[in-house]
Amino acid sequence: MNAHVREISVALALGLILLALAIFADSFYQPQPLLSLVTGQAPALIVTCGVALVMIARQIDISIGSQMAVCSVCTGLLAAANWPLGLVLIAAIGLGALLGAINGLFVAVLRLPSIVVTLATMVTWREALRWQRQGAFVNLPDGLQWFGMSQTHGQLTIVISALVVLFLLGLSTRHLAAGRFIYAVGSDVEAARLAGIRPQLVTFLVFVGMGALTGLAATLHIVQSPQVDPNSGTGLELKAIAAAVVGGVAISGGRGNLWAVFLGFLLLACVSPALIHLHIEAYWERAIAGAIILAAILADGLEKQTARFSHPRTPSVANG
Amino acid sequence: MSDPCRSAPLLQLAGVHKSFGAVRALKGVSFELFGGEVHALVGENGAGKSTLVKLVTGALRPDAGEIEIMGNRVAHLNPARAHKLGVTCIYQQPALFADLTVAENLWLRLEAPGALGRVDWSACRRRAGQWLERIGAAISPDSEIRHLSMPEQQLVEIACALGTGARIVIMDEPTASLTQKEQHLLFSVVRNLRQNGAGILYISHRLEEVFTVADRVTVLRDGQSVGTNRMEELTKAALIRSMVGREVSDTAPPCGGAARDLVLALRHLGCSASGVRDVNLEVRSGEVVGLAGLVGAGWTELARVLFGITPADSGELQLNGRAVSISSPRDAIDRRIAYLPEDRRRHGVILDMSLAQNITLAIHRRLFPRGWLRPRAERQLAGDSLRALNVKAGGPDALAASLSGGNQQKVALARWLATQPELLILDEPTQGVDIGTKREIHRRIRDLANQGVAVLLISSDLPEVLDVSDRICVMRNGTMVATLPPKTGAHTVMAYALGQKGAAV
Repeated sequence: MNAHVREISVALALGLILLALAIFADSFYQPQPLLSLVTGQAPALIVTCGVALVMIARQIDISIGSQMAVCSVCTGLLAAANWPLGLVLIAAIGLGALLGAINGLFVAVLRLPSIVVTLATMVTWREALRWQRQGAFVNLPDGLQWFGMSQTHGQLTIVISALVVLFLLGLSTRHLAAGRFIYAVGSDVEAARLAGIRPQLVTFLVFVGMGALTGLAATLHIVQSPQVDPNSGTGLELKAIAAAVVGGVAISGGRGNLWAVFLGFLLLACVSPALIHLHIEAYWERAIAGAIILAAILADGLEKQTARFSHPRTPSVANG
Repeated sequence: MSDPCRSAPLLQLAGVHKSFGAVRALKGVSFELFGGEVHALVGENGAGKSTLVKLVTGALRPDAGEIEIMGNRVAHLNPARAHKLGVTCIYQQPALFADLTVAENLWLRLEAPGALGRVDWSACRRRAGQWLERIGAAISPDSEIRHLSMPEQQLVEIACALGTGARIVIMDEPTASLTQKEQHLLFSVVRNLRQNGAGILYISHRLEEVFTVADRVTVLRDGQSVGTNRMEELTKAALIRSMVGREVSDTAPPCGGAARDLVLALRHLGCSASGVRDVNLEVRSGEVVGLAGLVGAGWTELARVLFGITPADSGELQLNGRAVSISSPRDAIDRRIAYLPEDRRRHGVILDMSLAQNITLAIHRRLFPRGWLRPRAERQLAGDSLRALNVKAGGPDALAASLSGGNQQKVALARWLATQPELLILDEPTQGVDIGTKREIHRRIRDLANQGVAVLLISSDLPEVLDVSDRICVMRNGTMVATLPPKTGAHTVMAYALGQKGAAV
């Protein structure tokens, strides 16, 4: 079976949507609204890259939406206290890394299942924030929006930052030994340990990286508006995990690549604006997104089935 | 025993074909199994044995040809139907539910719920106890499967098969994880079944067993039946010849020359967590030391201590004359120890990764000192080692999952040879591997020793340990009870392993 089936099919679906938009609603392609649309999605793309790595390492992180909210509010407060932008960025990344490290500590060191750990931290961060802020927005200083640049420049900076992150992570997973270790740990923890890899360290660092990326995404998020909503990041975890799944990341770990995840992300991100521009009722958005995810999982399932029957030399039949 | 061939066969296959895509696994095989006989099925890996078994158990359907069970032609066999017709199979890897108890597992296989779906657990436990007793297994019906060792699980499987009262019993490598003692249990079960008129289809790579237990043997080669003979008409050499289709020396390469420097020395080494205690052992460069004993005697546990998986907590471990502590596999690899684990399917190779990635996994820091992968260097190194070990595969980029078991084992070995170890620990290196590959691996072990590697060989296949080792160390209850010279007889080794002879270290 072709190794790039997933990339090709997702790219085809994406191409079809873009083509439909080009034919029936070319208003979609007006530069400024399109740039705004893309900018709005950039933070989620960064988070999606992180979650893809977490899933490749055979873990899951559903606390990222809450992490995003905490990082957004905290960095907003720092910015409101007139910290310089550079320090705000570093603080955001550091805070995210810290939150990720807490997840990592429970999952990697105490060996608790990540779904439960991050469910707990998801609720804890979200509720603590709600209690602390009582729903109040953070007003940001004037100079912060769009990094103090013109809107277009600010938007371009955000989009390019997100693409650079994607690009660097995509290259690292492919060309760095560290990336290979993530795949090894996700495929078979015990085999990885026996090969001298330290699976707990790898898992811990993946969660720390996840948090750091969330912190960066939070910064790129808050500079887009004059206020920080303490409810930001709600539902982000589902969006990111869905994009990773559509991009072919195996929920059972060890498989997936960030380029395909990027395509999956674009496909899901397109659905809602496409519906609006094609004047289809927006109620359909979630149903269509759900159908895409289901199709992706179905494709994985079918691939596994055919693999079982078309390779007689897989272990199950090998000793014949 | 009456001549079984006069009665009608229990199982008959006529001209059966089966293909998987382009691979023709069976090319017109005909085969007969009579009641009251043990019929061995032998052949190299990939000869079609497992496919044939799957046709009989209904897991696969033949493309052409006929299957008759008890004289009835069965066209659409499925596992449930085969079960009903009295076919049962004991697989190489026990297929039991790990979190359920022995009794619950037996119930799931053998019984149906009563009125309103009620289960009479006390009766069920009693029956489970009876079945276990009948095969002489000392296992409580209340133990959870995951607390049982592999051989114990295998015995539960066998009890299951007996409980079904099946007329056709298929045993696929039933002794792969059994030691001598459990093997004898198994053989007596087999003879018992035969006496009661069941037909036993016995599949094994271990020819000694086939000669011990079988009445007739059918040899499969490349999906075709080469012939069926009564055991007494055959010699071992003739059987191997017909399996392989060429001459293969049945004996391991001769033991090497003088051993050199002391590589590994253990003084009163122990690890309370894994039950290893007071082990004294020396392994020299250029020497193959075999570890023998009953399964559960602590050999794998000892290997895991040496490799830092469960670090030692008492005694001393010396490498090249210096006392060291090894607290993780990483430590062990840095000190040039390599460990080929038991159970390659789970931990030997990573199935989702390519062969090249598998082979370089333990040498990343040497091959990629800056952390950047170098695909060309990686593929070249992998290609060389695949050639050196004669791995049959599409090349370094093939996925490990696409290889047969024997070839996966070679890839696992290649990974550890790539680390250029000083001490190589091999845990069941030839389990489930065909005889040709087995000899290749034995030759390779000897080559390595000749190149100065100290080899510690662990195997439940006693003839293998006796053949390949320069010295044999016998373990019992987590400690070393004897060190014996090469060419020691099997019965002497077993006497120490069973505790009939005292310690003689």
